[in-house]
Amino acid sequence: MAGVWIIAEQRDGEFRKITYEVASAAKKVADELGTEVTAVVLGSGMEGACADLGKFGVAKVLYGDGEAFAAYTTEAYTNACAALIKDGAPDVVLMGASMQGKDLGGRLAARLDTGIAVDCTALAVDGGKLKATRPMYAGKVYADVFINGTPQIASLRPNVFDISETGAQAAVESVAADAGEVKAVVAEVQAAEEGKIDLTEATVIVSGGRGMKDADNFKILEELAGKLNAAVGASRSAVDAGWRSHTDQVGQTGKVVTPNLYIACGISGAIQHLAGMGSSKVIVAINKDPDAPIHTKADYCVVGDLFDVVPELTKDI
Amino acid sequence: MNIVVCIKQVPDTEAVIKIAGDGKSIDTGDIKWVMNPYDEFGVEEALRIVKDQGGEVTVIGAGPARVVEALRTALAMGADKAIHIKDDDLYGADPIAVAKMLAKAIEPLGADIIFFGQRAVDDDSGVVSSAVAELLGLPQLSVVTKVELADGKVKGTRPVEGQTLVLEAPLPVVISAQKGLNEPRYASLPGIMKAKKKPLETKAPADLGVERADAIEIAVLNPPPDRAPGKTVEGETPAELAANLAKLLKEEAKVI
Ligand SMILES: Cc1cc2nc3c(=O)[nH]c(=O)nc-3n(C[C@H](O)[C@H](O)[C@H](O)COP(=O)(O)OP(=O)(O)OC[C@H]3O[C@@H](n4cnc5c(N)ncnc54)[C@H](O)[C@@H]3O)c2cc1C
Repeated sequence: MAGVWIIAEQRDGEFRKITYEVASAAKKVADELGTEVTAVVLGSGMEGACADLGKFGVAKVLYGDGEAFAAYTTEAYTNACAALIKDGAPDVVLMGASMQGKDLGGRLAARLDTGIAVDCTALAVDGGKLKATRPMYAGKVYADVFINGTPQIASLRPNVFDISETGAQAAVESVAADAGEVKAVVAEVQAAEEGKIDLTEATVIVSGGRGMKDADNFKILEELAGKLNAAVGASRSAVDAGWRSHTDQVGQTGKVVTPNLYIACGISGAIQHLAGMGSSKVIVAINKDPDAPIHTKADYCVVGDLFDVVPELTKDI
Repeated sequence: MNIVVCIKQVPDTEAVIKIAGDGKSIDTGDIKWVMNPYDEFGVEEALRIVKDQGGEVTVIGAGPARVVEALRTALAMGADKAIHIKDDDLYGADPIAVAKMLAKAIEPLGADIIFFGQRAVDDDSGVVSSAVAELLGLPQLSVVTKVELADGKVKGTRPVEGQTLVLEAPLPVVISAQKGLNEPRYASLPGIMKAKKKPLETKAPADLGVERADAIEIAVLNPPPDRAPGKTVEGETPAELAANLAKLLKEEAKVI
C-alpha cells in the first residue's frame, strides 16, 4: 500500500483541528512523493465522519471501530496502529504533536524500530525522503532532520501547518483493529472550566507576567480575552507567584503556543518565555520599559503602562 | 519501592547556543551544564515516595564524563545510587537510540516506577520515556502533574488540551514528570558531602550489549527564521496607544 499515512485524532467522535492540519500537510508530502494519503482513524461509531477527511486531501481511511478506541489510550492506539502500519508498510507516518501525538509517537517508533522527528514546524521532500524541520534548544536553533528506518515518523506542531481543502470524499475501509492488552486506563475525565480555551489550541492569547502585580489584576486580561475569544496565559513569574495555575504557563517549562496573535502584558521576554511563544504569528508587547527584551521580538511594541493601555484596548476592540 | 529516575544533562537554559563548524551540532565549548529541569521533578517525586513508603532511588544518566555532575546533583538531593552509561560521543544522539541503552540498564534493576522528565530542554523531543516504556513492555503515564500510589496501583493526573485525565496503571510503570508535580528541593551542603561517598557505577554501552544506531540524522542546524523588525505603536496617551494598536491589528496584521 505504501504512501503517506496520518493518525487521526478525535475526541467524543469528532475530529480535532490538528487532524485537518496533519492531513493537509500530508497531502503536500504525498503529492511530492507521487503517492496518496491514507488516514488511520480509531474510534467508536465514527464510520459516518470518516469520509469527510477526503476534503483535506485524504484518499482513503482505514477505520478501526471499538469501545477501546472511544477515548485515546497509549497502549490501545499503539497496538492497533502498529499492526496496521506493519501490514500496510507506509513510507511516511504523520501525526499531531498534540498531547496525544507526543504520547503515542515515541512508543510507536520504538515498537516499529524506526525514527521519529517530534514537533516539526515544516516538512519537505528531499531526494525522495522526508526532511523535517524542528526547533531545538527552545527555538534557539532549527534542525533539518532525516529519519532513518521505515516508516519515517514525524509529529507536527499544532497551529503551524495551514489547513487546505483540496479533495472530496475519502474511501472508507473498515479494518479489524485490535486494542490488545491495555494496562494504563483512563479512570476519570475532568472537563476544563466552562468556556476556557486551551492555550495550545487558542488562535489569540493574552498573557500576563510579573508586571500584573497580583492575581486580581488578571481580570483586565480576562476582559480583553473575552472580547477577542482568547485564552489567558502567564509567564513563569506570574505562575510561581501563585497568580495563575501551572497549566497557564507559557514557555520552556510551560506550554509551547503558536497563536495568530500573542499579546504579552508586563512580560520582560526572558529567553525561556520566548521559547514558548516565539513562533506566534503576530506578537504584541505591552511593557512600560522601552528596553525590555520582549520589544525586540514583538511585531507591535506598545511602550506604556498596561493598567492604562489594556482597558482602553478592550474598549477599542 | 524501588525507583529509577533517568536524568539528562543539558545546557543551562540561559546558555547561548552556537552552531558548530560542522553545521550539524552545537559548540559545547562555553556551555554551563545542568540537570534537565523536568528531571528534577522526577527526582523529587521519587525521593518523596521513598520517604513515605521506604525503598531506594537509583538515578541513571547517559553521555560523556561530565554527566557525572548531574548524577552527583541527584545524589546530593538524596538519591541512593547512580549509574552512568558513559559514551563520549553520545550527546546529540537520537533519543530512541538512547532509550535502547537506558532500557537495557534499567531492566535488571527490577524497578517499580521509572521516572523521566517529560522532555529534555535541549533536543525538546520528549520521546525517551515512552520508548523506554515500550522497550520494557510497561504502561506509561505521560506528562503528569500529580502521582498517587495505592494498592499496587498508581494514578497519574495528566492535563491534555481542554481536559484533565486521571490515568491508572498497575506497577511497574513509567511516568514522565511535568511542571506542577512538586517543588524540587535544592541539594544541601551536607547532601553534597554525602553524595561523594554514594555508589556511582560506570558502564559502557557495550557492557549493556547495545550498539548505538541513530534513527534520526541531523542534516543541518540553522538559526531561527528571521522575524521582520517590530513597529513601535505611536501615541501620546494610553487611549491613543490603544486605538492605534487596535487599528494596526485590524487593518495591517488582520488578526482581529
Ligand atoms: C529552567 C528555567 C525554566 C524557565 N521556564 C520558564 C517558562 O516556561 N516560562 C516563563 O515565562 N519563564 C520561565 N523561566 C523564567 C524566566 O527566566 C523569567 O524569569 C520569567 O519569564 C520572567 O517573567 P516576567 O517577564 O513575567 O517577569 P519580569 O522579568 O520581572 O518582567 C516583568 C516585566 O513587566 C514590566 N512591567 C512592570 N509593570 C508594568 C506595567 N504596569 N505596565 C507595563 N509593563 C510593566 C517590566 O518592565 C518587566 O519588563 C524559566 C527559568 C528557568 C531558569
